[in-house]
Amino acid sequence: MEENMERENIILKLEEKLESVTTKNDIAQVKAYFLGYDGVVTKMSMKMKEIPNEEKPRFGKLLNEIKNEVVARLDKITLEMEEKELNEKLEKDSIDITLPGRKIKRGSLHPMTRIEEEFEDLFVSMGYQVYTGPEIESDENCFQKLNIPKSHPARDAQDTFYLKDEFEKFLLRSQTSTAQARAMEENKEKGPIRIVCPGKVYRRDEDATHSHQFMQIEGLVIDEGVSMADLKGTLELFCKHILGEKTKVRFRPSFFPFTEPSVEVDVTCFKCGGSGCSLCKNTGWIEVLGAGMVHPNVLEMGGYDSKKYQGFAFGTGMDRFAMFKYNIPDIRTIYGNDIKFLEQFDRKDVD
Amino acid sequence: MLLSKKFVSDYLDVSNLKIEEIANDMTRVGNEYDSCGPLIKASNLKVGEVLSVEDIPDTHLHKCVVDIKEEKLDIICGAPNVRVGLKTIVALPGAKLPGGEIKKSVIRGYESNGMLCSLAELGLDNKFLSSKDKEGIHEFKNDAIVGEDAINALGLDDEVIDFELTSNRGDLLSILGMAYELGAIYKKSVKDIDLDFSEIDRSIDKEFSISIDTSKCNLFLAKKVIDVEIKESPNFIKERLIASGIRPINNVVDISNYVMLETGQPLHFYDANNLGDTLIVRDAKEHEKLTTLDGVDRILTSDDIVIADKSFAVGLAGVMGGLSTEVLDNTKDILIEAAIFDSTSIRKTSKKILRSEASNRFEKGLDPNRTYMAIKRCCNLLERFASAKILSGMIEYNENNTKEKIINLRFEKINKVLGIEINKSEVVSILKSLGFLVKENKDYLEVEVPSRRLDISIEEDLIEEVGRLYGMDKIVSHFPKLDVVVGSYDKTKREIKHKLKDLGLNETVSYTLISDCEVHKYTNDSFTPIKLNDPMSEERNTLRYSLLPSLVNIFKYNKSYNQENISIFEMGKGFFKENDEYKEELKLAILISGEYYLDIPSKKADFYTLKGIIEELLDYLGYGNRYSFKVSDNIPSEFHPKQSCEIILQGSSIGIMGKIHPSEMKEDVYLLEINLDKLLKNSPSRMTYKDISKYPSICKDVAFVVKKEISSESIINVIKKAGGKLLNKISIFDIYVGNKIASDLKSIAFNLEFRDQSKTLTEEEVMEVFNKIILSVTKEFNCVVRDK
Repeated sequence: MEENMERENIILKLEEKLESVTTKNDIAQVKAYFLGYDGVVTKMSMKMKEIPNEEKPRFGKLLNEIKNEVVARLDKITLEMEEKELNEKLEKDSIDITLPGRKIKRGSLHPMTRIEEEFEDLFVSMGYQVYTGPEIESDENCFQKLNIPKSHPARDAQDTFYLKDEFEKFLLRSQTSTAQARAMEENKEKGPIRIVCPGKVYRRDEDATHSHQFMQIEGLVIDEGVSMADLKGTLELFCKHILGEKTKVRFRPSFFPFTEPSVEVDVTCFKCGGSGCSLCKNTGWIEVLGAGMVHPNVLEMGGYDSKKYQGFAFGTGMDRFAMFKYNIPDIRTIYGNDIKFLEQFDRKDVD
Repeated sequence: MLLSKKFVSDYLDVSNLKIEEIANDMTRVGNEYDSCGPLIKASNLKVGEVLSVEDIPDTHLHKCVVDIKEEKLDIICGAPNVRVGLKTIVALPGAKLPGGEIKKSVIRGYESNGMLCSLAELGLDNKFLSSKDKEGIHEFKNDAIVGEDAINALGLDDEVIDFELTSNRGDLLSILGMAYELGAIYKKSVKDIDLDFSEIDRSIDKEFSISIDTSKCNLFLAKKVIDVEIKESPNFIKERLIASGIRPINNVVDISNYVMLETGQPLHFYDANNLGDTLIVRDAKEHEKLTTLDGVDRILTSDDIVIADKSFAVGLAGVMGGLSTEVLDNTKDILIEAAIFDSTSIRKTSKKILRSEASNRFEKGLDPNRTYMAIKRCCNLLERFASAKILSGMIEYNENNTKEKIINLRFEKINKVLGIEINKSEVVSILKSLGFLVKENKDYLEVEVPSRRLDISIEEDLIEEVGRLYGMDKIVSHFPKLDVVVGSYDKTKREIKHKLKDLGLNETVSYTLISDCEVHKYTNDSFTPIKLNDPMSEERNTLRYSLLPSLVNIFKYNKSYNQENISIFEMGKGFFKENDEYKEELKLAILISGEYYLDIPSKKADFYTLKGIIEELLDYLGYGNRYSFKVSDNIPSEFHPKQSCEIILQGSSIGIMGKIHPSEMKEDVYLLEINLDKLLKNSPSRMTYKDISKYPSICKDVAFVVKKEISSESIINVIKKAGGKLLNKISIFDIYVGNKIASDLKSIAFNLEFRDQSKTLTEEEVMEVFNKIILSVTKEFNCVVRDK
């Protein structure tokens, strides 16, 4: 009975002490008061040896119960205190998440590089090799081997930059079609060819839609059985891939000295979608590509047997696609290299 | 080429077709148009007669009453030539003119129910307006019918299509050619042209001769007519000329233009009385002088062809006649010339002197049969509309030996090229509709090409004819059946761009052409620059050798818009001439200036920023540990001599980098250019996994106080040598210059990391190497370790 009284006193004392606890240190002191070397519970346990043997189990059990009770109460308040402290710390860490993020230096690829890569990737996926030739070309490769002899009226359409003292000999290429002459020349087996040649070209022309330097891409496929229908399939796929699945494609007969038959390829107007606007001169169509079946003279001049091989070729100005795709009204903006212009191309294309 | 619907209707019935239909159908077969529509884009216009004119005080305006048959309108008019009895154009309220819509209005308190118009107000091109037309309202002749539609009364109720023809279709530069093409589309036949005329009993042969002294003329025809009556052309000629964009002048001049439009054959009329009895066609002499019709003195070269009499040139063949033999109002006798001149020569001359309707046709090539047709048609019209008497006989020089072209066309080839299955009868029908004569065989056709189709000479040309009339849109598209091959592109070039983008640089694309003043800047290389033959401007007369002048210009441009934080790169070709050969090399240039570390605005890009970028790139490309940066005497003068160096890979220079010289640019701008062709000649090191040591590393710090001129690289080399294989990594973490040490000294602090791949290092093992390093460095550079 006496011990039970003792127990009640101890718990009452514990409750009284815990009421004024505010820090972990306070808890430690309370713990020491009861369980420490001189602690109340410790002292009580000293009495064990005075207890008769038959009483010892009962006393031991009581002692344990008191100990456990003290420990449990202390643990509980410790936990509560830790939680409180953590919450206070978190509260202190509070930040203004609406402040802007830290700027990281970002670069960008030039829009023409982006277009070039997009075109290359498409054709590479169809088994084309990307071919690059020199920008300084011979008149022979740029014109004569493409069935454009000296003084041919088709030369007028491309006012050319000849190099000094090299009139009708060497020039800055006026079209990437020069790749046709080179690729055929370089193919020693005179076997199948499947290439695209993107690159800079130069013409004496300068206004809002013409720059004296611009980018073209030329494609050439030579094999035994390729036909106009194959060319059509290829270019329809190209136009839809680049300009969107809804794009309609129209083939219109035309004339290029190095292809026969020749076609020009129109697509539904980028701006109005075909209903007619100022960009398409109310026709609903925009011309985007020149193409055709490689002229037998061109094949023969390239060392190919035109009775055995047929081929198709196509060419387009890449700047035009960039202007459409990114809504750039003036081609000179593309080559102006204003940093505010360049920085805008730091983002992914919309698929 | 402007096609008048009325004009072509003289030869082919297209009356039931809308002008837009014709334009689109022609485009579908390869003849693209630029615009189409009514010749006069105005409506609600009537012929009206002015009944009374009353001046409005203190103005130049008049209050008029105008009769338009249905009613009499009050109209205010300011034209000086308005007068009672005048028949003129009345734009009724609601009329749409190029200048806007006409509405009822009140002018100076008077009601005005319309407008009296000049031809200019109808949108007629200035060149068609007489001086009278320009000054006032239009004056109809007295026989004009009041109340009639004014555009009809003017004879301008026509529609036109402006075609942009391809350079191979010279035959379409004629109404007849257009009629044949339309005939093929609509399966209609072309009417014959009237070539009848009578001749008088006097022969040209007795009074005139020609001599062709050049190889550049293979057909020359001349006829003479006398007693012409020069007057205004009949309306139908004037109207068709206007619709075709040519200004009517008088009946004789108009007929020469009219026949050119009909047949495509340019003609020239000489005043025969100002001409001797012989015409010579010859190459011009160098510096020969000729005053052309427009009164301009032309100095010719031997490339030009002239028509001359015995003493001097009287015309520039194919381009423009001479002033001395011009047909004038008092001209009586005319020599008609119809000839074919060498297209290349005409092209050169016209490019130099004047592009005309005539030269354009000569350049594209002409059909000799049309030359004969044209001269006869001139006689026909001159007889009918200029009372001409036509001398018998014709002066004729014909060295033209073009034969009928017969081409075999295989059905199999058509299908193989176009990728279609077209039936034989359709092919035959298409070719016949185009005027080809066709002989059918089992597998092929023998096709005779009409002489007007100079563009057709091989089987593929005929296939194109079949294809374009069959309809390119009807060809069912499919994909080529080709062997599977792996496509490829230059990955390295692409990866360089992407890496630099990742490092925060913006890619630029600038012009290859720069000024010759700039071409030697930012380089010390000796090279021969390449200039243009005929540059557009002095600013762009030379091909760049280095990309740096372009990047510096881009910097300056952006700076002028207060954009000072610039980090850009460009990949492109540099050009030069070497041993008479043109060379191009792929280069990579970088420019940085201003903020690069965006989080630390006070820290601007410097030499080490740029060096870090290029090191990142070279390491990425697989050249790690194979490059170095070398102070050099061979730095271009545009660079700061103390903040620039050469970039060395495997012992040879691949480029330069450094700060722009302060006297060149006051801003801190850093440049770099490497020759990618040279760089990429070196194969990158193989990329292999290196074992990650499982054993811990031990780090030691040490700072050496050395003479300022000693480079960190030389110290590192000594440390590396002394450190041996246990020394895993060296980094510099502090450079100190200041009052705690002597002014000619600097302190460089290194962090050295030691590691063994096979065991845990002990402190003793590390200290042994560490002490060896300290000893080597202090001995080598005669320096001390800085106390902590």
